Amino acid sequence: MALKVEHELHKRRFGRNLGVGLLLVGFVAIVFGLTVVKVQNTGFVEGYDHVARPALIPENEGGN
Amino acid sequence: MTDATQNIGTTSGEGQFGDYWALLKPRVMSLVVFTAAVGVFVAPVSVHPFVAMVSILFIALGGGASGALNMWYDHDIDTIMKRTANRPVPAGKVAPGEALTLGLWLSFISVTMLGLASNWVAAGILAFTIFFYAVVYTMWLKRWTPQNIVIGGAAGAFPPMIGWAVATGGVSVESVLLFCLVFMWTPPHFWALALFMNNDYTNAGVPMLTVTHGKRETRKQIFIYAVLLAPLAIGAAFTSIGGWIYLTAALVLNAKFVWGAWKLWHRDEAAAEADIYKDEKAYFRYSLVYLFSSFCALLLQAVWVKAGMGAW
Repeated sequence: MALKVEHELHKRRFGRNLGVGLLLVGFVAIVFGLTVVKVQNTGFVEGYDHVARPALIPENEGGN
Repeated sequence: MTDATQNIGTTSGEGQFGDYWALLKPRVMSLVVFTAAVGVFVAPVSVHPFVAMVSILFIALGGGASGALNMWYDHDIDTIMKRTANRPVPAGKVAPGEALTLGLWLSFISVTMLGLASNWVAAGILAFTIFFYAVVYTMWLKRWTPQNIVIGGAAGAFPPMIGWAVATGGVSVESVLLFCLVFMWTPPHFWALALFMNNDYTNAGVPMLTVTHGKRETRKQIFIYAVLLAPLAIGAAFTSIGGWIYLTAALVLNAKFVWGAWKLWHRDEAAAEADIYKDEKAYFRYSLVYLFSSFCALLLQAVWVKAGMGAW
């Protein structure tokens, strides 16, 4: 008797794994999309490293 | 000898993807999506469309999580009731422990993600909603008091309030009215169902009002709640989310809802049994139309106002 390699059980597991895989991809896409939206909607951001930060210079010292 | 693998049937732990999906009560989730979306949209603060979409998705996932927890706890009575016997756990497709694990993880993910996507007020209300449905309603009230539907209905009433909190970061009179709309609608809706599904609840020992106080009293209570609902629903027309479009719809919908309840109250039980609860089934269907139409009217009103037409 030939042993069935592909059982109905395997098909069920494949369907379930595929579903979980797609959900995980969707979750990553959501987190990425949220990151993009949050960063775009964040206000003015200044870098701190080794550069003068005009925003920190008091107005009477800054000249304007 | 036949195929050696023949005996491997659908056992617990080997459910299909659709079985796990069914644990989340997709039909309830669709109602959650709709009411939460209306809550977000009618709020006076605009939300980035992607943030709104993701927030609604996780509110729905939270609703699904509480559904899975409900199916885990209730699998013993779900087996007895005809209406619920085909659910994944009583049908043996998903093990009760799996439903519990799924429910707990999805609760955690949905609350955390809603907090990160929108704000922690909305996430806090979602966490409370899951707790209320899974613990207060499912574990405590459902099998203990005929008021189970009344108090437990709060769980289904929170989504529009969460939607509002996603947009505004808080709670206001408008969001409380949205809550009240669903909260007061729930008893007439479920008791109409209980009138023609009474045997299920009796067999399972669930103390629905129809079981503990009889159908006559249930019919009266349906009418009382329909009457109490009307001023709240119509009153929302005079807040910032209302206007003449919603007022017109609310007047028509509530008049029909109260009139239908009045007719159910005065309906003879023998007549109901003779036509297999035709009117009760019609009232149950109308209750769905009522809620859907009320929220559609609010949505239409918001579109109208946002298009610059004015509320009145």
